[in-house]
Amino acid sequence: MRRSTKRYLRQGGLYAVLAAVVIFLAVSVDWGNVHRNFWTPGLGDNWHDLILTGVKNTAIYTVISFALGLALALLLALMKLSDVLVYRWIATVYIELFRGLPALITILFMAFAVPIAFQWHAPGGTAGAGVIGLVMVAGAYMAETLRAGLQAVPKGQTEAARSLGMGPVATHVHVIIPQAFRIIIPPLTNEFVLLIKDTSLLSIVGAAVGQRELTNVSRDFLSSGSTAGTGTSLAQAALLYLIITLPLTRLVAWLEKRQQRAR
Amino acid sequence: MSAMTAAIHVSKLHKYFGKNEVLKGIDFQVDPGQVVCVVGPSGSGKSTLLRCVNRLEEPTSGQILVEGIDITDPETDLDSVRTRIGMVFQQFNLFPHMTVLQNLCIAQRTVKKRSKAEAIEVARRNLAKVGLSEKEGAFPAHLSGGQQQRVAIARALSMDPDMMLFDEPTSALDPELVGDVLDIMKQLAAEGMTMMVVTHEMGFAREVGDKLVFMDGGVIVEEGDPREVLANPRHERTQAFLSKVL
Repeated sequence: MRRSTKRYLRQGGLYAVLAAVVIFLAVSVDWGNVHRNFWTPGLGDNWHDLILTGVKNTAIYTVISFALGLALALLLALMKLSDVLVYRWIATVYIELFRGLPALITILFMAFAVPIAFQWHAPGGTAGAGVIGLVMVAGAYMAETLRAGLQAVPKGQTEAARSLGMGPVATHVHVIIPQAFRIIIPPLTNEFVLLIKDTSLLSIVGAAVGQRELTNVSRDFLSSGSTAGTGTSLAQAALLYLIITLPLTRLVAWLEKRQQRAR
Repeated sequence: MSAMTAAIHVSKLHKYFGKNEVLKGIDFQVDPGQVVCVVGPSGSGKSTLLRCVNRLEEPTSGQILVEGIDITDPETDLDSVRTRIGMVFQQFNLFPHMTVLQNLCIAQRTVKKRSKAEAIEVARRNLAKVGLSEKEGAFPAHLSGGQQQRVAIARALSMDPDMMLFDEPTSALDPELVGDVLDIMKQLAAEGMTMMVVTHEMGFAREVGDKLVFMDGGVIVEEGDPREVLANPRHERTQAFLSKVL
């Protein structure tokens, strides 16, 4: 058999398998039932208001966790690169601990165990405490990214700054850190997307109605109104997440490509 | 012993990288206003010696006095001494995220605490000196290697240093760009700047240098008047090296 004939047959076989699977699904699945479950109209009058509040809160929680997490990460990364052994040690323990734990465990700890153990009232109540849990986890992950970025700045940059008489602080603030951030914009944007999705973990800790984020709001509608018992609200929340995250992941890909070209 | 304080005075300098002894007891001096060229094969320790003078490398033992100040003393304020020693690197090491003008101003602002207006004035004066006034708004990536090195020289000069260290300033440049950088260095020498230059440019050493130091294997093999050393090297190793590069 000629090589081109072989390839033709192999591709034909793959298409045949795909067609078989599609036909099987079309015949065996009760499409009416699927449609009813994922897309029953009539979520109720207040759905729009609540879901918009959910989107807004998701955005707020993401931005807060990202900003505070980044500040924490910078501190941890600098500690990890410090001359002082104890600082390096503390940073390593922190990073390994909070990357090793499921984020959900940390959030639950912060929301329920820590406030009681330390007689502490988080700003924003349980939801606020949960956000702080997310900050702690995000900080641990971004610390490693930042450390890599700081180390990727050529040594000659430090030498040039120091030879001009700039001290270690001025050298970091004006020369090293700005360049490190440029290097890590793509992975940092990626962390941001991960964080958007991770805010859905906050739905577990219970929050006042106005504090609920997207997942929490859609979960409320699983058991209320004319769509109760269907996944319609979940499907709509899922769509909203994708509308936010997909452009951002495309942005990450574009940033990475641009950076590779710049080198 | 001369009556005036030496610009740079090095005695019994040893430097190890791990178990590898790179400098094996260096004694030498640069007088104010002198241009000293350090030459030698790669791995001879000449760059390490230069980098010890502003303590980018930590000497293992020995003493280095800069204008009489012991920079190997832990009590010395290194940052303040460094503002008096300009340094120019082989790879330029301009700050890529800043414009040319910002490159020249940042240390003036943060270290010398000059006002923005004063820093810019000093920067513009030095840019004019290296012939790059029109490039003040450009980023380093948009300049040629020769232009970058001239900006690096202007950056060092903006701190009003008493002396300049050059670490193979033309080695990373395309041949046709070397001349521009050497011209500026010649001009600086003519103005009386104290200079210590690690270089492979024998022509520059002969024309501008007051003293030539030949290093090999971590020691100073021979030193003297550049025209003398280049024409009649006394030491075998100097002869062997010069026969290869001249």
